[in-house]
Amino acid sequence: MAQYQNLFTTVTAEGPLHSGVELGHGNSPRSFDPPIHYYWLGKIGNAQLGPIYLGGLGIASLICGLIAFTIIGMNMLASVNYDPIQFVRQLFWLALEPPPPQYGLQLPPLNQGGWWLITGLFLTASLFLWWARTYRRARELGMGTHIPWAFAAAIWLYLVLGLFRPILMGSWGEAVPYGIFPHLDWTAAFSLRYGNLFYNPFHALSIVFLYGSALLFAMHGATILAVTHYGGERELEQITDRGTASERAALFWRWTMGFNATMESIHRWAWWFAVLCPLTGGIGILLTGTVVDNWYLWSMKHGVVPPYPEVFPLVVDPSLTTGVKP
Amino acid sequence: MAMLSFEKKYRVRGGTLLAGDLFDFWVGPFYVGFFGVTSIFFAALGTALILWGASQGPTWNLWQISIAPPDLSYGLRFAPLMEGGLWQLITVCAIGAFGSWALREVEICRKLGMGYHVPAAFSVAILGYVTLVVIRPVLMGAWGHGFPYGIYSHLDWVSNVGYQYLHFHYNPAHMLAVSFFFATVFALSLHGGLILSAANPKKGEVVKTPEHEDTFFRDTIGYSIGTLGIHRLGLFLALAAVLFSALCIVISGPFWSRGWPEWWGWWLNMPIWR
Repeated sequence: MAQYQNLFTTVTAEGPLHSGVELGHGNSPRSFDPPIHYYWLGKIGNAQLGPIYLGGLGIASLICGLIAFTIIGMNMLASVNYDPIQFVRQLFWLALEPPPPQYGLQLPPLNQGGWWLITGLFLTASLFLWWARTYRRARELGMGTHIPWAFAAAIWLYLVLGLFRPILMGSWGEAVPYGIFPHLDWTAAFSLRYGNLFYNPFHALSIVFLYGSALLFAMHGATILAVTHYGGERELEQITDRGTASERAALFWRWTMGFNATMESIHRWAWWFAVLCPLTGGIGILLTGTVVDNWYLWSMKHGVVPPYPEVFPLVVDPSLTTGVKP
Repeated sequence: MAMLSFEKKYRVRGGTLLAGDLFDFWVGPFYVGFFGVTSIFFAALGTALILWGASQGPTWNLWQISIAPPDLSYGLRFAPLMEGGLWQLITVCAIGAFGSWALREVEICRKLGMGYHVPAAFSVAILGYVTLVVIRPVLMGAWGHGFPYGIYSHLDWVSNVGYQYLHFHYNPAHMLAVSFFFATVFALSLHGGLILSAANPKKGEVVKTPEHEDTFFRDTIGYSIGTLGIHRLGLFLALAAVLFSALCIVISGPFWSRGWPEWWGWWLNMPIWR
């Protein structure tokens, strides 16, 4: 156990800084060039900070994101009468709420969810612009587009929550509020309203991929760190020209559980687990309230859960007898 | 023989922690070792107990089979087999099997001249499990606070225990744990995507280099943590997710028994602004 486990870089090598692979025609110059060398960053990763490529897409995305962020912040500030102390004190409780249900899919007044719609518009624009930016940056470097497509899976979940499901339900009020505790409240209320989301099989799949991703990254990160003294972190080199680091990493898992990935395939496992988490989660949300009204009853119908004893007297949902105004 | 083309030269003796050369052999692709024997013992016994418990239960429906812990009235004592004793034995078997598996990983690490990161990381997962079925029940004074072994029954347990604290999302350690889980998925997608996009470039291009990896991330967000750093970061994020998960449940009950939304009162009532 006397061997060093390579958790931190003990000796930071300081060489000439690298501005990046040269870009072709039609690209802007990089910003924050030359980059800086930051000693403490070098303890865990690269010591070099910068440069960054801003470009038209990046600047447009940042502006849209900043507008959305500012609208949310200003609405929260307005809700505490522009008192900066109360703003900090109540920050976690503050929200920019979507329109109340009576507006359906119409345009509500600004202070009745109008600002929420505008925020969604700018946030979505910001995300799409940033998506295009990741695609462009990958292509300009001659690389594959795996990162943009993984990003698209996350955007899918975002759009299901804030756009697709509200449209199918016929009301913007179905969407998630912006705010720390308010979005947690929304999540809990959503689960309770539709008979406990734990009984939603797509939610279960999404959790499997969430925990599975943590498991995979712990396994992969730990395996690579454990063979760094054989150069295991040079994964591209190991993919194209397998060395003893890859062989030992593979054999470790083969001997442990009878199966191993390769240096390339482990990254396919990683990519799919990470992508399937929001993908299946989005499907689960989209079906909730649109196709399935109560996941517990649905599960009972399909023999997945037993009928539980009635501990409390039967309660009739008052909205079923008196009717509620939407 | 289930051997990879390069495997033979790595199959050498030594590296064991216990029992010398006695169990220093392979069965098919699996390494055995002393802890392989104890692993199979505990795993087989535990599985058999679960199957037997299922046979005594009301259903063979895979989703509904459940082995429940003892009633709270048993406190920290042994319970009769059919009233939670089985759960207690299965828990012992599970901890025995997980611990054996971790030590077997240590032996394989030593044999292959690798660092101990994987068994260390696995130990964190074991700690998470032990927190749920041993540490918290002991702190609460009854094995009945453990979770039942069943697919949907353990989900019911999570749901019920969550609502006992009114709204578990307000548990600060739970907030951090979930954030770390999401961050882990995010980082994993970026790392997997980056390696795949460098190894499988645009049509007609040659395979890319770590310079391209760094450049892509610097171009996009201004910083690339690098080939070594990403594995430290990924391991840290994953382990932090598990550690904060264990923390969020072990403080629920032993250290905070009211609703979690109420816990935040200290923040709202700080003297600087109350």
